[in-house]
Amino acid sequence: MIYAVHSGLGAAQILERTRGNAAWLGFYSVFLLAVVVHVPIGLRAVLGEWLGWRGASRDAALATFAAALAWLGARAILAVFL
Amino acid sequence: MNPALRARNHPGYWAFLVHRLSGILLALYLPAHFWVLGLALHHAARLDAFLRWTDQPLVRVGEWGLVLLLAAHFTGGLRLLALEFLPWREWHKSLAALAAGVSLALALAFALAL
Amino acid sequence: MWRGTAEGGFRDYEVPRQASQSVLDVVTYIQRALDSSLAYRFACRVGMCGSCAMTVNGVARWTCRTHVDQVCADGRLELAPLANLPVIRDLVTDMRDFFDKWARARGRFEGRRTRRDDFERVAPDSEARRQVDAAIECIGCGVCYSSCDVVAWNPDYLGPAALNRAWTLLRDVRDGARLVRLRAVAGDAGCHACHTHLSCTERCPKQLSPTAGIAGLKRAAAAAALRGEL
Repeated sequence: MIYAVHSGLGAAQILERTRGNAAWLGFYSVFLLAVVVHVPIGLRAVLGEWLGWRGASRDAALATFAAALAWLGARAILAVFL
Repeated sequence: MNPALRARNHPGYWAFLVHRLSGILLALYLPAHFWVLGLALHHAARLDAFLRWTDQPLVRVGEWGLVLLLAAHFTGGLRLLALEFLPWREWHKSLAALAAGVSLALALAFALAL
Repeated sequence: MWRGTAEGGFRDYEVPRQASQSVLDVVTYIQRALDSSLAYRFACRVGMCGSCAMTVNGVARWTCRTHVDQVCADGRLELAPLANLPVIRDLVTDMRDFFDKWARARGRFEGRRTRRDDFERVAPDSEARRQVDAAIECIGCGVCYSSCDVVAWNPDYLGPAALNRAWTLLRDVRDGARLVRLRAVAGDAGCHACHTHLSCTERCPKQLSPTAGIAGLKRAAAAAALRGEL
């Protein structure tokens, strides 16, 4: 993040760093995988404990959220890599 | 202080609250982050307009806030892994303070790098 | 002080301040001199049995071991029954959930030897026995259970005392129910629901750390799951 901000956050500057950069692709793909697994599991506890939402509907909602995150993330990675 | 919080005013509880709140805020932020990057796919002009918007000082502060949230959540998570997977030691209870210190240091580094 | 059941309210009582006075003394005075209809529990009144646990100014404590000076800054005290348990009346709670969860966590010793076998050797300075010794002094007073927010948020959560006891049995070399007990304590309602608030450890009147035991259960459950035993 420090590197990215220092190098500039304009569209052209971001794309210059990410277009065709295999190392960045690998790094961000691992990050996306971690996010898709970790965020729904964390939210599951919050929904159950603070909103009292339990059962199959909670897990279904979280699976949908995970899928949405995965899709948005993969789309983002492709958008700035290709 | 609110009486319910006063009864829970010990380091372990604050560590939990910071970890949970930072997690929730990050979970809300990430879809937005992915969507903005995805704008580069078909809407490069919109991406640029958005990124120019991020030059505003208030948004800069927001970025710093995000780094702080991530650092806090990450160091808090490392603290939990240490508490749960390393054999229990008395000084483990001080890990909350250590995590807070490290995350603030990281956020400060980010702020100064600007 | 709380009067009533789940429905009820706080009522004011004026109690003479003595030079050396415990919160249990205050409750006793109210029942004897002001209102004999007050219901409360106590037994040993010397900090051994845990029966007198109540909520004092929002914090679960043994009232016989709480000096009024410790908790009464402005001459006012707020007394309520233990949290996270149904109220029978006034300061008395129904402890059945607490002990039922103890049973659900398989918190009872299940030996492998009979009287015809030789004694099991338990090395007192072994790592396992030292871990058991650090957690074995629990007398089931309910203060930790009453202090735990996860118990409040998750009705199925077994709670710190039950899990702490399961831990002592898991590390007891004489016990034969290891896997059955691990299955009982691993899961949504078991050790994995603990978020390490450390409120139980903060409040335990015997300075035990249920969090440490629960961390041990998490390690044991994770290892067993990886080995395909669960």
